[in-house]
Amino acid sequence: MKTLDEFVALFAEQLDETDPSTVTAGTKFRELDEWSSLLALTLISMIDEEFDVVLKGDDVKNSETIEDVYNIVVSKI
Amino acid sequence: MTKNPFSLEGKTILITGASSGIGQGCALMAAQMGAKVIVCGRNEERLKETISQMQGEGHSTFAGELTDQSVIEKLVAEIPSLNGVVFSAGISMTAPFTFSTREKFNKVFDVNFFSPIEILRLLVKKKKLANEASVVFISSVGGNFGFSVGNGIYGASKAALNSMSRLCSLELAPKKIRVNSICPGMVVTPLVEGFSENITQEDIQKDMDFYPLKRYGKPEDIAGGVVYLLSDAASWVTGQAICIDGGITAY
Repeated sequence: MKTLDEFVALFAEQLDETDPSTVTAGTKFRELDEWSSLLALTLISMIDEEFDVVLKGDDVKNSETIEDVYNIVVSKI
Repeated sequence: MTKNPFSLEGKTILITGASSGIGQGCALMAAQMGAKVIVCGRNEERLKETISQMQGEGHSTFAGELTDQSVIEKLVAEIPSLNGVVFSAGISMTAPFTFSTREKFNKVFDVNFFSPIEILRLLVKKKKLANEASVVFISSVGGNFGFSVGNGIYGASKAALNSMSRLCSLELAPKKIRVNSICPGMVVTPLVEGFSENITQEDIQKDMDFYPLKRYGKPEDIAGGVVYLLSDAASWVTGQAICIDGGITAY
């Protein structure tokens, strides 16, 4: 099982324009300038690949921080 | 009285993916128009449930996994001569390009492309298609007429299908077999629920509002076009990919 820190790092890897060093568990990811529907799909695919958990679009939409997403993933493992 | 050119009376039609969605809609409408339908799917019970909703007599089921070569061969060996085939079995997949692995491509192409093409190949080779038979592939606007992010694998499988459909229309024309595809926009079916899991209700409403006719399709919206292509009214129609899409590709 990956830790929250590892999850944050995996999340940061998917980003193109945001400095990874500024991304933390508390980052409100949907407020990022580069946040898009494609990034939402990318996040869901990354979680599917790394955790074998399939999130729904609404899981992402109802999360505020990266930690919120991590907690949903953990609850579905 | 002359025969209604849109009628399917006297025709035997094979429909794959007939236990739900567009395939089921096609089975219901083909039966309503007088066809004897062979409904194909993975689950016998669900196929019987489809037949119980169909008008007319003489319908039958074929249950099996149509990605399996031995099942395809069994199907082709068992069925009678056909006047029409509708390939509607399909699966969806949403993945951004960077997560579009060979494994995902294989899974989708097996069902959406290789299975229907192999069934058609054997139907023709074993002479199971009657004179002037009509073949209809259920394709999609995605891949040829519309592109949306995350839809690459599914779109590519349908673009491949459209390509083979057109090729087959030429190669099978000497046998007077017509081959066309129907390209639906978003139709409310279990398959589309697969897509929509990854997006929010808000996104779906926004997408629906983008359609000139302001709604997603219903299986019967597609079945109307399929029945037309199966009927004698479409005797001079082959090699086409017809969009039935609430106007989405009109932009």
